[in-house]
Amino acid sequence: MSVLERLPQSAQTGAACATQAAPLRQRGQHEVFCGLTSIIWLHRKVQDAFFLIVGSRTCAHLMQSAAGVMIFAEPRFATAIIDERDLAGMADLNEELDRVVDRLLTRRPDIKMLVLVGSCPSEVIKLDLPRAAGRLNRLHAPETRVISYSGSGIETTFTQGEDNFLASLAAELPKAPAAASASLMVVGTLADVVEDQFRRLFEALGIRDVAFLPSRKGSELPEVGPNTRLLLAQPWLGAATKALESRGAILIEAPFPLGEGGTTAWLKAAADTFGVSDDLFEQVTRPGRERARAALAHHRDDLCGRSVFFFPDSQMEPALARFLHVETGARIVEVGTPYLHRTHMNADLAQLPGDLVLSEGQDVDLQIARCRAADPDLIVCGMGLGNPFEAEGRTTKWSIELVFAPIQGYEQAGDLAELFARPLRRRAALKVEI
Amino acid sequence: MQLAVWTYEGPPHVGAMRIAASMSGLHYVLHAPQGDTYADLLFTMIERRKSRPPVTYTTFQARDLGKDTAEVFRTACQHAVERFQPQAILVGASCTAELIQDDPAGLAKALGLSIPVIPLELPSYQKKENWGAAETFYRLVRGFCGGVGQPDRSERTRKTCNILGSTALGFRNRDDIREVKGILDALGVPVNVIAPLGATPADIARLPEADFNVVLYPEIADTAARWLERTFKQPRSTTIPIGATATRDFVREIATLAGVDPEPALEELGERLSWYARSIDSNYLTGKRVFIFGDATHAVAAARVCRDELGFKVCGLGTYAREFARDVRAAAADHGVEALITDDHLEVEDAIVAAQPELVLGTQMERHVAKRLRLPCAVISSPVHVQDFPARYSPQMGFEGANVLFDSWVHPLMMGLEEHLLGMFREDFEFNDTAEASHLAALGGKADRHASEDGDTSPNAGAAPDGDIHAPAAEALPAGWTHDAEKELRKIPFFVRGKARRNTERFAAERGVAPITVETLYDAKAYFGR
Ligand code: SF4
Repeated sequence: MSVLERLPQSAQTGAACATQAAPLRQRGQHEVFCGLTSIIWLHRKVQDAFFLIVGSRTCAHLMQSAAGVMIFAEPRFATAIIDERDLAGMADLNEELDRVVDRLLTRRPDIKMLVLVGSCPSEVIKLDLPRAAGRLNRLHAPETRVISYSGSGIETTFTQGEDNFLASLAAELPKAPAAASASLMVVGTLADVVEDQFRRLFEALGIRDVAFLPSRKGSELPEVGPNTRLLLAQPWLGAATKALESRGAILIEAPFPLGEGGTTAWLKAAADTFGVSDDLFEQVTRPGRERARAALAHHRDDLCGRSVFFFPDSQMEPALARFLHVETGARIVEVGTPYLHRTHMNADLAQLPGDLVLSEGQDVDLQIARCRAADPDLIVCGMGLGNPFEAEGRTTKWSIELVFAPIQGYEQAGDLAELFARPLRRRAALKVEI
Repeated sequence: MQLAVWTYEGPPHVGAMRIAASMSGLHYVLHAPQGDTYADLLFTMIERRKSRPPVTYTTFQARDLGKDTAEVFRTACQHAVERFQPQAILVGASCTAELIQDDPAGLAKALGLSIPVIPLELPSYQKKENWGAAETFYRLVRGFCGGVGQPDRSERTRKTCNILGSTALGFRNRDDIREVKGILDALGVPVNVIAPLGATPADIARLPEADFNVVLYPEIADTAARWLERTFKQPRSTTIPIGATATRDFVREIATLAGVDPEPALEELGERLSWYARSIDSNYLTGKRVFIFGDATHAVAAARVCRDELGFKVCGLGTYAREFARDVRAAAADHGVEALITDDHLEVEDAIVAAQPELVLGTQMERHVAKRLRLPCAVISSPVHVQDFPARYSPQMGFEGANVLFDSWVHPLMMGLEEHLLGMFREDFEFNDTAEASHLAALGGKADRHASEDGDTSPNAGAAPDGDIHAPAAEALPAGWTHDAEKELRKIPFFVRGKARRNTERFAAERGVAPITVETLYDAKAYFGR
C-alpha cells in the first residue's frame, strides 16, 4: 500500500477531485503584494546577501510597511530610489547605480552576494539590470558576487519574487562533476529550524547528500548537475524549477510537506527516488507521524466541518486547503491563488473535492461579494482585507503568517493547525461585540 | 538616486490616499500595479480601520503594457463609480503609471461621468507623502469652492470656523480634534466643517461659509488654508495648541479671530502639566538632555514644551519635512542648537549618538534607534505604528494633551530617587543591569525597557525577523581601560554608562592619555561637568 493511499480520504469520497476543476479567472483589481515582498524572508535566510531594490519611493515604502513596519534600523536590504534627475537623463542611471553600490559595499564589506532587484519603474524605463549586475560583478567579484532578478509588481506576485531569485541563483550554482552520486536538493526557503529537522530525517533515511536552496550563505552555493534530484519545499517555484532542470536536475513530484500526510508523502517521494526501503522509512518517520497526529488532534474539534475561504496570496493555498480538508476535516469553499502551477500542485489538488471553487488571479470586489455570499466560518486573506471582514462580524486568518511562520514538517503540523484554529477559538472566547 | 532603508514618508499618492480615506463619499481611482495595494494595510492594520480605504487600483500588468493600459484604467474607473457610488472621485497615477503617461485625468473626463472628477498630478519622483496629502486637499478645496462668490456673513451674531488638517493616519488626530472642539465649545465658537477627517465633498463645498480657519496641521492644510484666506477673506490661526502655554496662546488667538472673550474659557479649562512640572518630585527633570525629531509641527512644539514647561535642555532638533525647514531652523536657533533637516534616518541616528541625549522624542524610527542605544523615548510624530493609535483618549493638543505629554515624556525616565539609589548602591545584587525601573516593570519584557508608554507589538511581529544590531553594543568591553577603571565604569548605572564611557574616551583621546584609569574617569567627569 503506498503512502498516498494510506492518507485519510476526502470527506466527499466519490466527488471528482479538484485536478479537473477549471479555475475561475476574473480580471479586475488584484489585492496582493508584489514580488519585492519575498525579500522580507530572503534577506534573513541568506546571511551574507544584501538585496538592493532599484525602484521608487513606493517600493521602499512597501518594504517597510510589509516588513513589520520599521522594526529594525538596518536590515540587509535597501532601495536605490530613482529620482527626477535620473529620469530626466541629467544623471546616468548606470553610473548612479555604480555609485550607490560602491557606497553600500564600502559600508558593508561583509556582503558576499549583492542582489539587484528590479521593480516596476526600473522595468518600465528598461533599465537593464542583468547587464548592470554583470558589470558590477566584474568590478566586485570575487569578494562580492552580483546577481539580479525581477520582483516587479507588473510581473510578479509576492512569492514569485523568491522564484525569480532562485532562478537567477540557479545559473550561479557550481556544476556537479558528471560522476557525482545522486544528491537531493530541497528548493524553497524553509525556516532554519525546519531545515534542520528535515536534514536529520534525510540523514536517518540514509540520504546523505542533501542541499537546501537558498543556502544560508550565498558564498556557499550547492552544486547542481544531472544527478541532482529536486524536491520542492514551496509551491511557488515554477521558474526556479525550470532553471534547475536546464542545469540537468530532475524534479521529484510530490505534494508539499504540510501536516502529517503531506510531510509523509513528501519524504516518501524522496525516499523512493533514493531507494530507501519501506521498513526503514516506516521506522524513521513513525515517531514524527505519531507526534504530528497527536498535535493535530488538539485542533481537530475546532476545525472539523468548518468552512474555509482562501483569498489569493502566496500560491500555497491549494496545499493549505489540502491540509485543512484532509487532515482536519474542514470544508473548503474557495481556493484563490495568484497563480496556479498545475504540475506542482497536482498531488495536492488530487486530494481536494471537485465541488470547490478554484480561482486564479482576482477581481477583489467580486471575490469579496462571493465570500460574503458563502459566509464561511473562516476567511484566509491578506492584511488589507482582514480587519474590514472582522468588522463585518466574520472571522479571518492573515495569510502572510502562513508564509513567515515555520509550518512545514511533522513537528510543525500542530502549529499549522493552530494558526487556523486560533481565530475560531478566539471568536468563541470573546464576549465583546463590535 | 538615493539609497534608503527606511523612509519617513511614503510616495505622494499615499498622501492622497490619506485624504480619500479621511473622507466619506469620495473615491480614489489610482493607476498603479498590484503591489501598490500594500498601502491598504496602512489603514486597515496600523489604524485598525474597519473598512477598506476607498481606493480602486487598476493593477495593470506587464502584459497590458504593450496593449492598452488606458483601457484598464477606464474600466476600473467606471466600475468604481458604479460599485461605490461616490459623490466625487479623485484620479491619479502612482510612480509606475506616471512613467507610462496614460493621462488618468483626460481618460476620466472622457468617460462623461455624472459626478465631479478631481484630477491629481503628484510627481512621484520628486515629492513625498505629506506634500501629496496637502496638494490633494488643496485640489479638493479648489475643485469644490472655486468660482463660488464671497458668502454673505453679515447677518451672523457669532463667528464660525472650520478646523482643517486632520487626516487618517495622522498622529493622534482623532483625539486632537475632540480636544480642540472642546476648546471651541468653551469659547462659544460654532464649528462649520471639520476637514478632511470625517468630511464629505459636500462639506468641502461649505468651507467658504465660515469666518475663519483653525489650522491644526500645516503640513496638510497650509496650502488650502492660504488659498481660502486669499479667496474668501478667511483668516487662519497659526498657533499649534501643543503644551500648556501654547494652548493658552491658542485660546487667545481663536478668541481674537472670533471676537470673543478668552477669559471664561481659560478659567473653565485647566491642565495638570504646569503643577506637576512645578512639584518637587519633578526637580530631577531639570536640564535633562532631550533630542527631538519629527514633522515640523510636532517637533517645534515639543521643543517649546520641553524647555519652557518641563525644564529639559533641548540638545537636538530636526525634521524630515523639508517644506517646513525654515520654521524648524528658526526654532532650533532659539534653542541654541543647529537644526537637522534630513530624511536619512542614519544621519538622524548619528546625530542622536553625538548629542548624547537622556530622552529622545521622535517618530517610530527614532524609537527604534533609542531602543538600540538603550535610551528612553516617546513618539511625538508620524510616521506612526499601530501602538500610536491607543484605545484610550490620548490627544497631544489642548489641555488634556498637555497632561498626556507630561505622562508620556516623563514616565520613560527613571524616577528621581530611584536614579540616586541605583547610583549609590551599584553592587546591590538586585540592582543589576537587567533590573527594571520599578514603575516600568509592569510594562513588559526587558526588550521593551525603554519603549515609550506603550508596548511594542507590531501588527506583524510574528513576521518580523531579527534585526542587525550594527550600533556599538552598549555593553561592549571597553578597550584601552585598566581593569580598575573598567570596574568603576560598571558602577555607573547603565542608562548613563555609555555616555560616561564616550566622554571619558574622548577626553583621554584628546589628551593622549592611555590607558584610561580611575583617575581619567573622574577627570573626565569633572571636565564635562556630569
Ligand atoms: S508594485 Fe512595483 S512599484 Fe509597487 S512596490 Fe512593487 S515593484 Fe514597486
